Amino acid sequence: MDRIPILKMGSFLLVTIQVDLYDRLALTLENDLITMVSRTGAKGVLIDISAVSIVDSFMGRILGNIASMSRIMDAETVVVGMQPAVAITLVELGLTLQGVHTALDVEKGMELLHSKIGITDEPEEDEEGPDDSND
Amino acid sequence: MNTTAQILQNNIQKILDIWMQNQLADASLRDDLISNEELRRQSEELLSGLARATASGNVENIYAPEYEPVTEILSDISITRARQGFSPRETGMYVLSLKQAISQVLEEQLSDKPETLYKELLKLNLLLDNLSVITFETFIKGREEVILRQTDEISEISTPVIRVWEGILALPIIGTLDSARTQVVMENLLQEIVNTGSSIAILDISGVPAVDSLVAQHLIKTVSATRLMGAECIISGIRAEIAQTIVHLGIDLSNIKTKASLANALQLAFSMRNVEVRKINKNTGISLTR
Repeated sequence: MDRIPILKMGSFLLVTIQVDLYDRLALTLENDLITMVSRTGAKGVLIDISAVSIVDSFMGRILGNIASMSRIMDAETVVVGMQPAVAITLVELGLTLQGVHTALDVEKGMELLHSKIGITDEPEEDEEGPDDSND
Repeated sequence: MNTTAQILQNNIQKILDIWMQNQLADASLRDDLISNEELRRQSEELLSGLARATASGNVENIYAPEYEPVTEILSDISITRARQGFSPRETGMYVLSLKQAISQVLEEQLSDKPETLYKELLKLNLLLDNLSVITFETFIKGREEVILRQTDEISEISTPVIRVWEGILALPIIGTLDSARTQVVMENLLQEIVNTGSSIAILDISGVPAVDSLVAQHLIKTVSATRLMGAECIISGIRAEIAQTIVHLGIDLSNIKTKASLANALQLAFSMRNVEVRKINKNTGISLTR
């Protein structure tokens, strides 16, 4: 069965969705991601959906769910690289993804996560956590 | 060949003279839009076309092939007049004054045969009424073409996305926002955000005449879509009356950044991007530091 890889980068989790999501895959992702957040104690989740060209209400809800669940577990969610057509569709569906942070690309998303969590150092950190994390 | 056709053929110069006289005497003559020589040339062309068409013996059916040249000339004339800005009355009177001229000549020629005169006048009336209907149809068609072209032009030029600074886009909206335009505005803006990698978009609505709940909803949609893309949206150019309407309608814009003027919005955008604008003392130029 297909799985979307979840990469750990320092205290963040990075997910790049390169295929069109179908419902089962999205549910598996939600499950895997939350398990990963709880196991690694990640402070941020970055989801890159720049390759996703089709989105439906279910997919929108899953994104919202992931954000809400992560927030409860003290991790911020950033969705990056949304296509214009996808954004318009979500707005027309009435899903404005309240509570989800967004950024134009992975780089800006990383910057945003750093500023949200209060890390001022550069992202390349081999240490397991930032020394001045204020949580 | 019937009587009207014959009279028309024989008196073409006379009719033209009377017609021109009528047209020149008319108060609605537009010598600012068309010269007398041009008017005479047009009239002569139409009249000789009409004489040729009636010579076939057909004075009833203007949709017959022999009338094609006449309707063509007439359509040309009225379309040109529509573009030149003639009023419908002026264009209509053009053909109707021809009727007057021909009637006058017919009356002179057939004064001793009232019965024939009556019949011929009836036919003539019918024929020229039909021609004036064609004139009107093409006149309105010409006007509609003008309107259509202008509509296209307006929608083309009305949604420019301007890059005002690195990472800052501005979109001045001019005219009423309806669903179709919102769609175009939104698509253009989002595409431009992707193309330029801008993180701030300023929506200036100082050119929007009125904001009702529908327009506000369109604005909120655009802002939400921009936010989903990962960019911030600032709405600027909110006039006093627009602010009043928005509050009276109970529209909630509290989670959207709004500024009164484009300058204020730009200032906010600069501070969001950590850009500073300041004056240099030595010369009066502006230094921009990032």
